[in-house]
Amino acid sequence: MGKAIVITSGKGGVGKTTTTANLGAGLAALGQRVALVDADIGLRNLDLFMGLENRVVYHLVDVVEGRTTWKKALVRDKRLENLVLLPSAQARDKDAVSPRQMQQLVQEIKQEYDFVLLDCPAGIEGGFKNAIAGADQAIVVVNPEVSSVRDADRVIGLLEAEEIGGISLIVNRLKPSMVKRGEMLAIKDIVDLLAIDLLGIVPEDEGIIIASNRGEPISLDQNTKAGQAFRNISRRLLGDDIPFIDWQDDDSFFSRLKKLFGVGS
Amino acid sequence: MFDLRRLFGGQKGSKTRAKERLQLILVHDRSSLSPELIDLIKSRIIDVLSEFVEIDEKGLAVELEHSEEAAALITNIPIKAVRRNGGMRSARN
Ligand SMILES: Nc1ncnc2c1ncn2[C@@H]1O[C@H](COP(=O)(O)OP(=O)(O)OP(=O)(O)O)[C@@H](O)[C@H]1O
Ligand SMILES: [Mg+2]
Repeated sequence: MGKAIVITSGKGGVGKTTTTANLGAGLAALGQRVALVDADIGLRNLDLFMGLENRVVYHLVDVVEGRTTWKKALVRDKRLENLVLLPSAQARDKDAVSPRQMQQLVQEIKQEYDFVLLDCPAGIEGGFKNAIAGADQAIVVVNPEVSSVRDADRVIGLLEAEEIGGISLIVNRLKPSMVKRGEMLAIKDIVDLLAIDLLGIVPEDEGIIIASNRGEPISLDQNTKAGQAFRNISRRLLGDDIPFIDWQDDDSFFSRLKKLFGVGS
Repeated sequence: MFDLRRLFGGQKGSKTRAKERLQLILVHDRSSLSPELIDLIKSRIIDVLSEFVEIDEKGLAVELEHSEEAAALITNIPIKAVRRNGGMRSARN
C-alpha cells in the first residue's frame, strides 16, 4: 500500500501546486506509481502545471457524487506512463466534498499507487480539512518571509492536532543573493523557528514560470536549479540521503573573508 | 572597536529583524487557547478545588495574558464557602 502526502502551507501562492506537480513528475521519473490529487476545489490549477488541461473529462466532485469512478476520472500524464492526475472541479462549491469522503477516496487510490500527492488549497478552513483528511504525511511549503513562516507554524499546529505522521518542510523561492546580503531569513532560522525536519530547499528560478507556461514540470528539465532541487527532494522521499545543495555559493570572496574573521552565519 | 559584522554586511540586515519578530509572534500564536481548551481547564480546576472549597462556577475566569516576551495563565476563582473538612486528607492538622 502506498503513502498519501498532503502538500500544504496555510498562506496562498507560496508554491504548493508547483511542488505537487514537480514531486509527482520527479517520483514518477524514478519509477514510482504516482497519483496526484488536486484537492483545491473551485480553483483548478494542477492540470495546468502538468499541461493536462485538455484531457480533463471528470473531476473530484464527479467521483465523490458518484457520477463516475475514480479510475475513470484519472488523467494519464503525457510523458510518464506511471503518473496520473485526479483533477479538481472548477467553479464548484468547495463544500461539495467532506473529509470522510476524501479519506475513503485516498484510501482506495493508495491501494494501487506508491504515492498519492494531495495539492491542498490555501487557508485552514474546509478545503484544508478535506485535503489533509486522507494524508499519512504532510509537506509544508514555506517562503522565506515573515507572514509565510507564521502561517506555516499555524498549519503545523493543526497537522499535529490531527496526528498526521511525518511533517517536513520545503523552503521555496529562496533568493541566495538576498540571503548573502542578510536581507532574507536563512534556512537555519526557518528550521529553528518551525522545529520540523527540512526536506528541501528550492531557489527562486524563473525557469518555473517558463515551465508553467509550457505545462511541463521543471523537475524533468535537467538544466535548471529548481529542477535539480525537486529531483533531490523526490529522492529524499524515497529514503535516499541526498545532501542539501548550498545555493549560497559559499566560496565567494566575501564569505571566505567572513570565515577568516569568524563572522559566520 | 568597529563592528566587523557591519563592515561585511549580513548580520545587520533585515534578516535579523525578521527572525526576532517571528520568535515573538510564534510564542504568542502558539499560546493562544481555544474556547474548548479553556472550558476543559475550567472543569479540571473545579474538579480539583471542589474537594476543599465551594466554587462559584459561573464566576470562574481563565484567561491567557501576553506581554512582550512572556505568556501567563490568569485565573480568578470566586469561592462561596470553605468546606469544614476541607483539605483534611492533605493538610497537616
Ligand atoms: N521557486 C520558484 N521560483 C519562481 N517562481 C515560483 C517558484 N515557486 C513558485 N513560483 C511561482 O509562484 C506562483 C504561485 O505558485 P503556486 O501556484 O504553486 O502556489 P500555490 O501555493 O499552489 O498557490 P495557491 O495557494 O493559490 O494554491 C506561480 O506563478 C509559480 O510559477
Ligand atoms: Mg495551488
